[in-house]
Amino acid sequence: MPSRSFLLKVLSSAIVFGAWEIAGRIPVSYAFPTFLESMQALVALTLDGTLFAAYAETLRPLVLGVLISSFLGIALGLWIGLSARFDWLFSPIFIVMQAAPLAALIPLLVMAYGIGLTSKVFVVCIMAMPVIVLNTAGAVRNTPSSLKEMARAFLGSRRDVILKVILPAASPIIFSGLRLGISAGFIGAILSELKITPTGVGDIITYSRSIADYPSMYAAIFSIILLAVLFLNLLEKIELHLFRGNNRGYVTD
Amino acid sequence: MSQISLASRQAAKPAAEIAVRTRDVSKNYGSVEALKKLSLDFPRGQLTSLLGPSGCGKTTLLKIIAGLIPPTSGEVEVNGKTVTGPGPDRAFVFQDFALLPWATVLRNVAFGLELRGVAQSEREDIAAKYIRDVGLAGFETSYPHQLSGGMRQRVGLARALSVDAEVLLMDEPFSAVDEQTRRKFQEDLLTLVANENKTFIFVTHSIEEAVYVSDQIAILLPRPSRVSEVIRPTGIREKGTENIRRDPEYLDTVDRIWASLRSYVE
Repeated sequence: MPSRSFLLKVLSSAIVFGAWEIAGRIPVSYAFPTFLESMQALVALTLDGTLFAAYAETLRPLVLGVLISSFLGIALGLWIGLSARFDWLFSPIFIVMQAAPLAALIPLLVMAYGIGLTSKVFVVCIMAMPVIVLNTAGAVRNTPSSLKEMARAFLGSRRDVILKVILPAASPIIFSGLRLGISAGFIGAILSELKITPTGVGDIITYSRSIADYPSMYAAIFSIILLAVLFLNLLEKIELHLFRGNNRGYVTD
Repeated sequence: MSQISLASRQAAKPAAEIAVRTRDVSKNYGSVEALKKLSLDFPRGQLTSLLGPSGCGKTTLLKIIAGLIPPTSGEVEVNGKTVTGPGPDRAFVFQDFALLPWATVLRNVAFGLELRGVAQSEREDIAAKYIRDVGLAGFETSYPHQLSGGMRQRVGLARALSVDAEVLLMDEPFSAVDEQTRRKFQEDLLTLVANENKTFIFVTHSIEEAVYVSDQIAILLPRPSRVSEVIRPTGIREKGTENIRRDPEYLDTVDRIWASLRSYVE
């Protein structure tokens, strides 16, 4: 029997897609296709291979940017969280990065790094990294002090304290930062394809809009959202696998 | 408080060997004096309570003995060796249990050994033994959130026992558990002190608890913290765990301590 939470997820999707279908049939705008039209376009794009070719292009800056943001972001966040000095040095950079109007900065990136992969990876990182860094730093700083004291009292080295206490204790918030950061990275990847050079999924969006093939445009947008959702679910599975006690809260809560 | 009765109390028990000694320990936090020239001896194999009103620095003293915070001046000796940091001769039981929420009871109990680099199968064997000793057999694979407060502190106690340290430092270990569990814990602690040849240093704010479990009670007074008196209840222990609370010496000692502390309680 499917679980209750699964049924609720199906119901929630049905409500969203139903509303989409109704809005498309009214229609709210001539540029807004129905859900079913979009799905037909999605199937067509998949079958003729356009979608796979597009993702081969889009996934490169996305995967690179997300990997760099995750590893570098967690490392920097850990460092910032452990040392007040690095907090003062680096936190402002990421707070500015998070607040910056990225679309306006893209021309600057293009001037500095050209229109190739580098600029696109930068856009993904600028979108993804700040929330990963700031969440990690905050979580590390807020590790319950009695846990750190406990590890020291039982002769844990600094390395032990970080690897066996601080990181696992911070992991729920690090993972929530990863979730937010990676979804922002997906936005960054598409934004870079719309603003720098139209390639991959960004190209499908730009091209179908220019020829008024709105179902294909929404199919492309839908596919990237679907990919993001699937990836975030995978991330949640990884988290549950790595830290089994995490979904159970703190003892002293 | 007559000095004569105090002296006779101390003379009544033969002077035991000293396991832990603090010498002129002071601790300042900025301009605040938390501890001032505090000297105290902790006899081996006995339980010494640090008792005092809140803010009297008893937890600070315990953490200095543990090596978790350095004293501003003065020194702590364990078995004649000066303390410079945490050591294998001391184990700590925390007020808030300090259990890893993502680890099972077995891993939590074995965590002290894990940090010492003991191999997994060996440390889990040792941990399993202490889990049985504290009465948690069958809960090895449970997570802390599945246990009651009292059971969590048993995990904390098993972790401290499993590293087999000579000195057990307990920071208000029973203050976060309910009254009935606390009474059971106090009885179990007496058995533990009698059976294990360990030195216990026990921080509490409960006068009754201190008199019930202690061989020696150091009364600390606040601002700055100093030892005002050391009391050794002598005739209580032989009465047996269930009779102590009715014993006249127990009741007198509780009253006497309250009389000397009441003016310091806001």
